[in-house]
Amino acid sequence: MSANPVYIRGVGLHPFGRFPEQTVTELGLHAVRAAIADAGGGSAESPPSTRGTFDAAFCASVYSGVAAGHKVLSRNGATGPAIMNIEAGCASGGAALSLGTDLIRSGRYRNVLVFGMEKMPRGMIRSSFFPPWCEQAGLTPAPAYFALRAQRLIQQSGVTRKDLADVVVHNRRKGVANPFAMFRKEVTREEVLRSRLVCDPLRLWMLCSPNEGAAAVLLSSQPTSGQVPVELAASVLRSHQPGSALGEHTPLSGRIGNEPDSPTTTAARAALGQGRLTLSEIDVVELQDTDAGRQILSIEELGFCAPGEGGAFVRAEQEKSSQTATINPSGGLLSKGEPLGASALAQVVELVWQLRGSAGARQVPGAKAGLAHTVGRGANASVTILVRH
Amino acid sequence: MTRVVHELGAGIIPLGTRAQNCYPGEVQIRPIHEGLFSSPDDPGGLGLFAGLCGSCKALHFPATNDCPYCGTTGCETRIVGKTGTLHLATVVAAAPPGYHGEVPYGFGLVDLPEGLRVISVIAETNIKRLRPGLALRLGLRSLPSPEAEPPETEPLTLVSWHYEPAGGSP
Repeated sequence: MSANPVYIRGVGLHPFGRFPEQTVTELGLHAVRAAIADAGGGSAESPPSTRGTFDAAFCASVYSGVAAGHKVLSRNGATGPAIMNIEAGCASGGAALSLGTDLIRSGRYRNVLVFGMEKMPRGMIRSSFFPPWCEQAGLTPAPAYFALRAQRLIQQSGVTRKDLADVVVHNRRKGVANPFAMFRKEVTREEVLRSRLVCDPLRLWMLCSPNEGAAAVLLSSQPTSGQVPVELAASVLRSHQPGSALGEHTPLSGRIGNEPDSPTTTAARAALGQGRLTLSEIDVVELQDTDAGRQILSIEELGFCAPGEGGAFVRAEQEKSSQTATINPSGGLLSKGEPLGASALAQVVELVWQLRGSAGARQVPGAKAGLAHTVGRGANASVTILVRH
Repeated sequence: MTRVVHELGAGIIPLGTRAQNCYPGEVQIRPIHEGLFSSPDDPGGLGLFAGLCGSCKALHFPATNDCPYCGTTGCETRIVGKTGTLHLATVVAAAPPGYHGEVPYGFGLVDLPEGLRVISVIAETNIKRLRPGLALRLGLRSLPSPEAEPPETEPLTLVSWHYEPAGGSP
């Protein structure tokens, strides 16, 4: 029995930033309405009814509390179908998307709404992941783990502090054209290298800002008529295998050498297999850039270059001498900020616009295939592949 | 300034107990969590408690009954890591949530001779000295107790482990 195809019928975003006047429920509702409108259900002037537009809904969030998705869909009379709230750290949206995709592929449902939203606490991200003694002992600072991964890139991949600054410069330059991004001003390498040192080699501007936002995607077994059909070719979630002391599962120990493949690598391999594509066929990529080092590590782990070649790869990419896919045309998390539940789905929204040819000043010319990648706490990594027909 | 507790001559009392014969003004020392490290006063001296799997032979820290690699139960405990070698390090400039100790502090990955890589606080804050390959030795560091103690309780100091340069810090 062949599996049903999965199309993206509608996408919607609430801008990423800080919105003290709005609740997280209102942010989510905004994105859901935008996605339903995009699927042909109305206009911004006369908001569409969400009721009856989906057979099941998944809501991704980390900090929104009990039944967060139910609260959003209760606001516009869309309850009744199954609503499932999903937490998978930074990859929560990718987790929700993979579940929704599988329900359509299997033939169980025809239309599945997948949305995510977040209002992140301010400051250094705190989670209930660690036992209190680890916090008291100083073993939990997220930027320090990011910094150790960046130190490893410096030691093993020929990455320099200038390369890390240049990742920020290039992502922020792209973010200028993104009306949904939090930061829309260009920065210089010197400014990045002058920003406050957080954990060497990472400086403040090399880290993304936890913030607020929402994203929604309406999946369907049928494309929307009159729209460029975008098919979801693969949506994969993977967790870590034990062994790496620097993995996103942040254990306190690991092996010396002989580390297993990262969840990003295993998810990418599975997604490319499902989508029957190779990386050379991907035109546009939205990948995890929690910090500047993570962008380079994501490039290596996804397989765009060999391990140890990340430094040379980003220098070639930034000099436009490489022939590979365009990376983070949205400006990435370094421009948008990171609302955990929404960030992975917002990558998918950006790719849908890119594949439809409606990304405006950010448009990657002729983009036909896109890949979205998120990795974080758990550890969880999601890889989603979209293709235009 | 971080005190190296074993130089104070004070023993470590188990978590949740209180020394009965505390002299006035004597500081009670309590490990930040049970089962992480042995006491400098133990016959084998200070070391980290690692778990050793009887099936796959992998070491892990902190020690747990179940092997995190293969799931076999009944791991044995081994004392490891009296010395180590720095693999990678950074310096934490601002206190993370829930941490009330000194900043800045060193933070890194330490390779132990027994074949285990551990995350640890490093007692060195000069990034230029935190080079891969730096020889380290295990020590203890004191941390402020996060909760106010009842007035009848003697002063309490929490201790955790760290690695310090084996050659001392210039």
